[in-house]
Amino acid sequence: MAVAQTKLDLTETRISALAMPQSKGWAQTARAEALARLRAMGLPARRDEYWRYTDPSSLTQAAAPRAALHVDDEAPIFGEIDRLRIVFVDGVFDPAQSDDLALTHVTIERLSDVMAKDLHWAREHYGVLEAAGQSPVARPLAALNTAFASDGVVIRATGIVEKPISLVYLHNDSASDAMVHHVVRVESGASLTLLENGPAAARFNNVTEISLADDGDFHHIRTQGRDHERRAATHIFARLGARSQYKSFTLTGNGVLTRNEHVITLSGDDASAHVAGAALGDGAQGAFHHDDTVFITHDAERCESRQVFKKVLRNGAVGVFQGKILVKPGAQKTDGYQISQSLLLDEDSVFLAKPELEIYADDVSCSHGSTTGAIDETALFYLRARGVPRDVATDLLVLAFIDEAIAEIADERLSADIRNRLELWLGRRRQG
Amino acid sequence: MLTIKNLHVKLEDEDKQILKGVDLTVEAGRVHAIMGPNGSGKSTLSYVLSGRDGYTVTDGSATLEGEDLLAMEAEERAAAGLFLAFQYPVEIPGVGNMTFLRTALNAQRKTRGEDEISAGDFLKLVREKAKALKIDADMLKRPVNVGFSGGEKKRNEILQMAMLEPKMCILDETDSGLDVDAMKLVADGVNALRDSGRGFLVITHYQRLLDHIAPDVVHIMADGRIVKTGGPELALEVEKNGYADILAEVA
Ligand SMILES: Nc1ncnc2c1ncn2[C@@H]1O[C@H](COP(=O)(O)OP(=O)(O)O)[C@@H](O)[C@H]1O
Ligand SMILES: [Mg+2]
Repeated sequence: MAVAQTKLDLTETRISALAMPQSKGWAQTARAEALARLRAMGLPARRDEYWRYTDPSSLTQAAAPRAALHVDDEAPIFGEIDRLRIVFVDGVFDPAQSDDLALTHVTIERLSDVMAKDLHWAREHYGVLEAAGQSPVARPLAALNTAFASDGVVIRATGIVEKPISLVYLHNDSASDAMVHHVVRVESGASLTLLENGPAAARFNNVTEISLADDGDFHHIRTQGRDHERRAATHIFARLGARSQYKSFTLTGNGVLTRNEHVITLSGDDASAHVAGAALGDGAQGAFHHDDTVFITHDAERCESRQVFKKVLRNGAVGVFQGKILVKPGAQKTDGYQISQSLLLDEDSVFLAKPELEIYADDVSCSHGSTTGAIDETALFYLRARGVPRDVATDLLVLAFIDEAIAEIADERLSADIRNRLELWLGRRRQG
Repeated sequence: MLTIKNLHVKLEDEDKQILKGVDLTVEAGRVHAIMGPNGSGKSTLSYVLSGRDGYTVTDGSATLEGEDLLAMEAEERAAAGLFLAFQYPVEIPGVGNMTFLRTALNAQRKTRGEDEISAGDFLKLVREKAKALKIDADMLKRPVNVGFSGGEKKRNEILQMAMLEPKMCILDETDSGLDVDAMKLVADGVNALRDSGRGFLVITHYQRLLDHIAPDVVHIMADGRIVKTGGPELALEVEKNGYADILAEVA
């Protein structure tokens, strides 16, 4: 189908506002191919089926809408965790604020350094997983990122990496428009935990391509917030080898617009992918629109996938969940599970969910469910009858609601960190 | 302690009068029982006193140590010393029983202007009280009432009561669904709390529980009113002859 002229115009306008970083060799090819992919599909527009619930215009317009800097007076997230910090300021790697990129069983390189090399393993991955993830559904913002990303890290784990690698995204310029692209490879038997947090930029486009070799183990814990005016489109493309394990959790608090896409392919037998997210949105602090779009493809036998997404919405906040499990022919004994739930704290808030199953194998077990509900009044009264004030009781029920998603975090120190942060955020909002 | 005068209550959403003039005074140190057929308004009375939404008081008053209960939020009533052991304890998935107990205890203390209990003291207190009620560590860790048997739920109510040390305890059909052993545990738990500063209102359908928790005064409730008041012998009369005789007599 031909791309509509308005879309082409939109795409060319966006492209002309950008400068492709100087590259040569394979990197130049990867960028040029991504640009061609983008031109063939065009940037997303409101009419696109995949963007039915989320207006992409502020993500595609040439200039980033400004976002006031958020003064963060909280203790840094993951602050108590022993980790290797890699700091980006408005999407630019900042060596001065980062730790030395040296850690046993892992190599960490800056994307620009990798791209300057004639030969590098990342060549097999950069833009490759993204390109594979463009079918059956187009993800033009990710192709845009592959073509124009100006910074990022390339990480290769070759053994059990004893401390998490922590990407910290600082925001210093209220008009910054950042495109960051990471590549992660976890080799056979290796294990890596990746942390991400921080507002990043006024507008943030982030792509992470993750490849797990057979028996690789990858954990991802990310927080987005509490900057109210940030806009973000993130894509994770993951390919899972046999018996590999992928676990990801994202906590989002505030933000005008967030679209988090997960595109995961289980391509080796007995692999497992768990993707979880919790979003807390308050429309009173500026608009809140949060979209989780997940596409999991089972392309091997006896794989397991699990999606757990929870949203707590108030004051006109909007939550979106689009989640799909695709079971390819031959992916027998697939075990797929998906749950998306929202807790609406008032009648102004909206949750839009589109769960989908598409199954081409006969011996599989897949289930999905989606619910929208208010606070359980009976439970609320029970708590109040024990002396717990209404607002504290409500927050206790909010935490309880979210907990199924947090429970997906394997490391107890990290789940405790997330729980504490949530309690802090809820406590702050109670105190006004 | 608890003084209820001419209390009239209707449903908020429906034109249905449920309590039609309840008068009742429970003195400190005394145990009053309310018996009555199903649907007579016993649970409604307990809910209205503890502040549940959905009811409208059309007339009358209720005070706890002279303070107007009906003007307070549910949580303020609890902090003021009112406790209701629910007929149907509520399951709260995702909230641990310990967290629940600690949050409740500290919230009440805070409302009263007292310091929070230390983590160590709290743990010691819970363990001691739980042990007496044969509530094991696993039950304390699990989410509030989730997957608890009927008896476990009722014992958990008594544990909360023991932890919160209220002044005025209302027990709504705490005996229902209990076997003999559980009944004994619950009754022992209640009796351990009896003292000169505390009042009890024990709502029950059967006389059974009153064998273990000896009441000072027994009231019979029917159709939204207290229709008869007497001593412990009134409960025995109900046990022997059912409600029919009494109701016929007062009709
Ligand atoms: N929320 C409610 N909605 C409708 N009817 C109610 C409600 N609460 C109580 N009732 C009615 O009020 C009457 C008294 O109920 P209840 O107080 O539960 O009695 P008891 O505890 O003595 O069995 C019953 O007829 C019951 O159906
Ligand atoms: Mg009842």
